[in-house]
This record gives sequence, C-alpha cells and structure tokens, in this order.
Amino acid sequence: MKRFLVVGLAVSFLLAGIVSYYASAHPDGLERVAEQVGFADTAEDSTTADGPFADYSVTGVDDDRLSGGLAGIVGAATVLVLAGGLTWALRRRTASGASADSGASADSGADHGGD
Amino acid sequence: MHVPDGFLDAPTSLATGAVAVAGVAIALRGARRELDDRTAPIAGLVATFVFAGQMVNFPVAGGTSGHLLGGALAAVLAGPFTAVLCLSVVLLVQALLMADGGITALGTNVTLLALVAVVVGWLGFRAAQTVLPKRLASVPPAAAFGALVSVPAAAVAFTGLYALGGTAPIPLDTLLTAMLGWHTLIGIGETVITGFVVGGVVAVRPDLVYGARRVLATRELEIRTPQDPAGATS
Repeated sequence: MKRFLVVGLAVSFLLAGIVSYYASAHPDGLERVAEQVGFADTAEDSTTADGPFADYSVTGVDDDRLSGGLAGIVGAATVLVLAGGLTWALRRRTASGASADSGASADSGADHGGD
Repeated sequence: MHVPDGFLDAPTSLATGAVAVAGVAIALRGARRELDDRTAPIAGLVATFVFAGQMVNFPVAGGTSGHLLGGALAAVLAGPFTAVLCLSVVLLVQALLMADGGITALGTNVTLLALVAVVVGWLGFRAAQTVLPKRLASVPPAAAFGALVSVPAAAVAFTGLYALGGTAPIPLDTLLTAMLGWHTLIGIGETVITGFVVGGVVAVRPDLVYGARRVLATRELEIRTPQDPAGATS
C-alpha cells in the first residue's frame, strides 16, 4: 500500500515536473474548435492570469524547463494536499480503528486529552 | 477542454455554477460511502495523477493536441462520487493557480469535466462490465470504453451550453461537428491512457481499484478470517 502510493506519487510528480516539458504545445481540442469556428477572440484573460504560477510557469524563472517543472510540482502538491485532505476527512472510520480504540480505553486518558 | 472566461454569458455561467455546487454537494455525501482508511490516500493520489496527466498534452492531428481528462480513470480507480471531488479539486487548482480555465467558467468546467465526464465515464464502464465476462481482466477494457465515451460526451455538453449562452453567433451544427470530430480523436488518447493505467493498477494492486470490487468480492470472502465477531457486519 505504502509502496504503491510512493510509486504512484513519484510517477505523478515526474509527469508534472519533467515530462510536461515535452507536452505538445499545439492548441487543444476546444481552442482548435474556437479558432476553426470563429469564437476564439471571445476568450478573456483569467483574473488569475497575473498569478505567480499562471500558465504553468513560475514568474521570474527564465529557464522554461525549470519554470514549467516547478509550476507543475507546486500544482501537483497543492492538489495532493487538498484532495488528500478532503478525502481523508470524509472517510468512513473503519471497524478495525474502532476496536483498536475500545482496546486502548482500558488505560483511559488518550481520548480525553483533547478536551 | 478547459473553458476560458468569455465563451459563455453570465446567466449560463451562473447556472453551471449552481449545477456544479449541487453536483459537488451530492458527491460529498456519496463519497463517504466510498472512502475509508485504505481508499482515501488512493483518492489523493488519483487527483494528483489526473492533474499531472492533464499537463501532458499529446498531439492528435493537424496541429491540434489533447490531454487526459481523467473522469473515467478517476471513477474506476476511486469510485464515481470520489472522482467528482478529485476532478473538482484539480479544476479549482488549475483555475486559481495556473489560470487554466476561467474563474467565472469554473462552474462550467466542473459541470463538463467533473460531472459529465465522470458520470458518463462511470456509466460507460458499468455498461461495458455487464457485457464483458465477469473477470478481473475485463476491468481495464471496460474502463477504456468509459473513457472513450466520456470525452465526446463532455464535448456535446459544451455544445449544449454554447447553444444556451454562447457569446458569439455560431451555427450549432458547425460547432457540434467540430467539437465531436476533434474530441472523438482526443477520446482515443483518453482511451489508451485509461486502459493502460487501470491495467497497470489492476496488475499490481487489484484490491485498490474501486471498479474491480464486484469482481473481487467472492475472492475476498475466501481470504478473510473472522477474528473480530463485532466487525462481522462490516
């Protein structure tokens, strides 16, 4: 389980931090359609377009590879913290966890420490 | 397929915002049933992988690229309700941090990529599962089929929204044809990536794949030994 998570996260950060540099820079499907059909010019700059990581590059870092890679890693780490935190908070507490608590209740204390 | 600000008018953006809020609220309730100590970390990993995967655009044809949407992938790996939350977090971070997808368009993007792509991807997966043999080996191709249908579905949904509140007078049949054409091609990339990733996870840890639970259920019953009588109901 731990090993699976470590390998999975390593692959994800490798994609975001290094492989993304080699991604196709061509317009994506929707951008292409907007150009082709003729509504591309209705797109407005996002209000976050001046942010430090806007367009997957770090403001002030000139090297494209480094700039894009850092932005990717920051973004992936942010997603990991937010999504991981949210799903961890929502999770069902398992029966094994409950029985461990009842087992530990003999020597009391721990549960009441937070009061 | 991240919609920027300006493509859709304010009423439509407000409406998709309301749909997105309702969808995420339902997912917050539903995801509680899918998440436990074991699957919650997997969900965090799935969201991170989808974010990373969306950064790697692949060329499709004629100077056009596409990238993973990850709706079907996340639904099969983490469960459909959890997948809605994963994709919503990805889209939120992309909009706020990366300026990828507009801020007023966030509701639209959540509706298209976190709701339509996930729900259609999951239904496509389940439909394929009912047709394919009930084996572990059927999970990756079923996931691939879900991915295949999820991308054109999101493209059709965008066209529908554009019909309601597009800011430029575009003939709808022209738009639909162009959206479906490109996104069917991009959907093939989605299919390949989803099939390989789900196949890889099924090969090493099938027990961590939400969509494989039905297939694994009988096998799991054989492995478990009743140590804790109180936990027998779970």
